[in-house]
Amino acid sequence: MGAGHHHQLYLPGASAVHRLPPQCKLLAVFAFAVVVVATPRERFWAFGLYALLLAAVAWAARVPPGHVLRRMAIELPFVLFAFLIPVIGLGERTTVLGLSLSVPGLWAAWNILAKATLGVVASILLAATTEPRVILLGAQRLRVPSLLVQIAMFMLRYLDVILDEMRRMRVARESRGFEARDVRQLPAVARSAGALFIRSYERGERVHLAMLSRGYSGRMPMLGEVSASAAQWGVALLLPVSALAVLGLSL
Amino acid sequence: MHVPDGFFNAAVSVSAGAVAAAGVAVCLRGARRELDDRTAPMAGLVAAFIFAVQMLNFPVAAGTSGHLLGGALAAILVGPYTGVLCMAVVLLVQGVFFADGGLTALGVNITIMGIVTVLVGWGVFRLVTQLVRGKGGVTAAAFLASLLSVPAAALVFTLLFWIGGTAPIEVSAVAAAMGGVHVLIGVGEGLITAFTVGAVLAVRPDLVYGARGLAAPLVLRGPDGVTTVEPAARPVAAGKALRPFLLGGVGLTLLLAGVVSFFASSSPDGLEAVAENKGFIGQATEHVMSWSPLGDYGEVGGIPVGVAGVIGVGVVLLVAGAVAHAARARGQAPAAGDDKVKV
Repeated sequence: MGAGHHHQLYLPGASAVHRLPPQCKLLAVFAFAVVVVATPRERFWAFGLYALLLAAVAWAARVPPGHVLRRMAIELPFVLFAFLIPVIGLGERTTVLGLSLSVPGLWAAWNILAKATLGVVASILLAATTEPRVILLGAQRLRVPSLLVQIAMFMLRYLDVILDEMRRMRVARESRGFEARDVRQLPAVARSAGALFIRSYERGERVHLAMLSRGYSGRMPMLGEVSASAAQWGVALLLPVSALAVLGLSL
Repeated sequence: MHVPDGFFNAAVSVSAGAVAAAGVAVCLRGARRELDDRTAPMAGLVAAFIFAVQMLNFPVAAGTSGHLLGGALAAILVGPYTGVLCMAVVLLVQGVFFADGGLTALGVNITIMGIVTVLVGWGVFRLVTQLVRGKGGVTAAAFLASLLSVPAAALVFTLLFWIGGTAPIEVSAVAAAMGGVHVLIGVGEGLITAFTVGAVLAVRPDLVYGARGLAAPLVLRGPDGVTTVEPAARPVAAGKALRPFLLGGVGLTLLLAGVVSFFASSSPDGLEAVAENKGFIGQATEHVMSWSPLGDYGEVGGIPVGVAGVIGVGVVLLVAGAVAHAARARGQAPAAGDDKVKV
């Protein structure tokens, strides 16, 4: 992965959160998400405390709030769906601002909004403080099948190459006066997709041959072992353990 | 369509995670058979292609545009096992690196958008290519396969939502709305998949996994008039290899249906109360046949939870049967081809 190919979400830094081994962070974020999903939706203040925990992590990692907020747009479609639930939901109804809304529907909407938002923010913090390549090393340490990790690594490594190829084809189309207006332009777009597939596949074959000529035998050599000390595990697990404590208090 | 955290209860998330993990494990082995030691670079590059092509917007009607899910396209171009792997990796990367889709919902996302779209797409594709031979058949099959894979994924989403969703919504209304919208999306998906497969078929027909049986045998004519016929490259035999996948899938679905409906029935939600009041199986099945959004409130939603499991297994059995039939037919097809070559 060459320089300048970091994904937008990653913010280079040297904070305590950045320096934690990736496997600790992965497990911590995953456990946190599970605790959040398992929390009964009636415990409003528990969700508030979870949000405070995430804010503390963001502060420790020096991730600006704007960075997190911008990325949260990803959950917008489901937020819209959540706002629909009280209108089309079943059960006893109440009137808010002249609209007849379902009470269980309101609960469900709150449930989805709160849990989805906390989950998205936790994922954003993970991606903002850990390089994608390093996250995959962490996944390998957590015993994710090595073939799966290798596939994801190749995907990340060549993603920008493939996206650039697609961009060049779009520039070529548009510089010849192409404009996608309706279904009739579909064949042209699809031919680009077909050409992109052939280029990707052939590039994959070339990459494989290049790897073979450098002695590839089905396993990638591990460069830079990522090991975690007990203290680092302790720091990383602070997040899910305090979330679990909040959950315990709320029950 | 990436499901976030909090959409499904913990039982469904965990069960779907188990289904997704088992499916991916089987596909890791199957893909090794399809690609051997090329698996990592090839599947990685194809996954990057799927990710890129999902960002390719195409115009649907004036002003609106859609984008590809890509499950059926991946299955047709690189085979079902590699297709599932690529989709799973794309969803994994989107979930972990782009915060798109919840971490606890990863299993649900991989099951719906990876496994269901690829299985349905590949099953339909094999069925249609058995009926209609030739390049036209492949293109038509690609259209139908990807058209059907999208509403199938939407319906499985609805089914999961019914079993373990966190919102009290009229299920028939959701099914009708999701199904209707996704048939429209599916038409777009079908058109672009068919054109894309057609474009690859025109340039490099050997790269289209689903069209491997189509390659004409290579005829070599020597200087002395001796003609030798090299049989066309044979597709990887997947007839027997697919069986554990299907059996595992059915078993896991039964487990999912049984365990999850048990959990669901113990959770206090609106559906359960209605089910207790109005749960007549006879009536309920009538209503299942009419997926009408105008159906009586409560009665369609009030199908006993156990029936949900049975319907789920039925759907999976149908899909599995289609795939098994296609696989068997496919195991025999090359043999017939060989005979012709010898004659």
